[in-house]
Amino acid sequence: MITLLRKEIRAQWRTHRVLIVAALLLLFGLTSPLLVRYLPDIINSLGGLPPEFAELIPPPSVGDAIAQYIKNLTQFGIVLALLVPMGAVVREKERGTAAMLLSKPVSRASFLLAKFAALALTFLTGLVLAGLGGYYYSGVLFEWLDLGRFSLLNGLLWLYFLVYVALTLLASTLARSQVAAGGMAFVLYLLLLVPESIPPLGNYLPGAVVMWGGRLALGQAGDPAWVALGVSLGLIAAALLGAWGILRGQEI
Amino acid sequence: MHAIRIEGLRKTFGRVVALDGLDLEVEVGSVFGFLGPNGAGKTTTLRILTGLARADAGRAWVTGLEVGRADIRQRIGYQPEVPAYYGWMTPREFLVDLVAPLFGLSPAEARARADEMLALADLSNVAKRRIAGFSRGMRQRLGLAQALMNHPQVLLLDEPVSGLDPAGRHGILEFIERLRGQMTVFMCTHILADVERVCDSVGIIHQGKLVVQDRRDELLARYAQPVVEVEFDAPLAEVGAWAQGLQGNPLVGGASVEGRVVRLAVRDAEAARVALPGLVAAAGLVVQRYQWSRPSLEDVFLRLVGVA
Repeated sequence: MITLLRKEIRAQWRTHRVLIVAALLLLFGLTSPLLVRYLPDIINSLGGLPPEFAELIPPPSVGDAIAQYIKNLTQFGIVLALLVPMGAVVREKERGTAAMLLSKPVSRASFLLAKFAALALTFLTGLVLAGLGGYYYSGVLFEWLDLGRFSLLNGLLWLYFLVYVALTLLASTLARSQVAAGGMAFVLYLLLLVPESIPPLGNYLPGAVVMWGGRLALGQAGDPAWVALGVSLGLIAAALLGAWGILRGQEI
Repeated sequence: MHAIRIEGLRKTFGRVVALDGLDLEVEVGSVFGFLGPNGAGKTTTLRILTGLARADAGRAWVTGLEVGRADIRQRIGYQPEVPAYYGWMTPREFLVDLVAPLFGLSPAEARARADEMLALADLSNVAKRRIAGFSRGMRQRLGLAQALMNHPQVLLLDEPVSGLDPAGRHGILEFIERLRGQMTVFMCTHILADVERVCDSVGIIHQGKLVVQDRRDELLARYAQPVVEVEFDAPLAEVGAWAQGLQGNPLVGGASVEGRVVRLAVRDAEAARVALPGLVAAAGLVVQRYQWSRPSLEDVFLRLVGVA
């Protein structure tokens, strides 16, 4: 398992995936507070707007900055969580590297777990950088948040990404091509997205953990989303177990 | 105990029957050539032996362990027909950091073994170059190197010299020959000359069934008909007519014509040695060459699989 994990981490680095994920998450993390702080000024500087319009825009707050941070990271992070792992298994099967590896003393469970762990580390790296950027600019432009609480938000964002990483890994195990894996992962994303927008149901799905993280970061009151946290962990476990079961039955 | 034992192996892909009750036994320490035309079931057999595919019916054992057990993979080395690698790795990284630790080799053992294998594969000078830029032949040689990293008891090779130039081919075949007695080599191929050169035992598979299995020399003695080649210096039509006239002759099993050369498969070698020169002389054509040929594995193969 350690050998495979080392190989996967090296693959993430050599194929620049970790750099791409880190750079994009950092970009969206640090620009979120900047955007919130300077958007009203940008709108006002456009000119030609009636003064009543400018008065309609409320002065931005740290709450807006965190909301923007969550919105940007979840939107673009999900895209990355679908695109980056979609070829993880199917590409190895297509190219023949899976056959080369699995003819050696390698269990199919460790083959999958090493991939998941390396992807988790890639997204963690990106989120640490995004968190540092977002935390710094939120503090400089608005007010300094509690670092521990802000870290909790990022931890929950990480868990949210891992749900989609695990689901995409499942799709990559099931599918016969990378494109099919991507399509399948997108369908799984939609299957979660639709019920998340239905209020009572949404409180128990992965999106709720991110909202909870937002409240935690800002020190706001509100019910903790323990059920959603459990559902998220359960989805990750189910997706990985499903992928393992499928891979075990497959001929390589 | 046999290195490989297969009993009634059957595998289908939809309506296509890849293996149809295959039975096979390979002796420990032998270099076994598994011969068959394309699509005969050679690669499917190998994939089942390595655990990458499952048989629909039948059983197989490698080094006494039934196929499907995880510990078999510790004892085998496998080179696929088209070995695939991570292009971003160097061959040294592939062997030292990936393959060796999977077999539990210590870092020092891994480095020493990798150096040895890279030298064997003639890849020492490119050990630090990315595999992505390697030619087919280099990948093939690295395939053999990685298959030998764990000192396997059974080495499974799928077309091990395909894509190699004559020099590379010669080197690899020579090396495989040297493995005799050290480990069991199971080599799938459709290149008969390679089998004839390095293998001591041969199995011929056709349409998923074993047609014959024996020691190479015994197979040649049992199945290969002696062949006489006669080259004339005469018009093609006359050469063809003479060959045609021999078709009903009880001494001749078959006659093929290539230009002015007639190749005669002989049924009874002793009788033919006496009678054939007279038949050639009776043709009234100028003879340039009259030669008895050593029967080849190709003759046996073509006869047994019926694709002559």
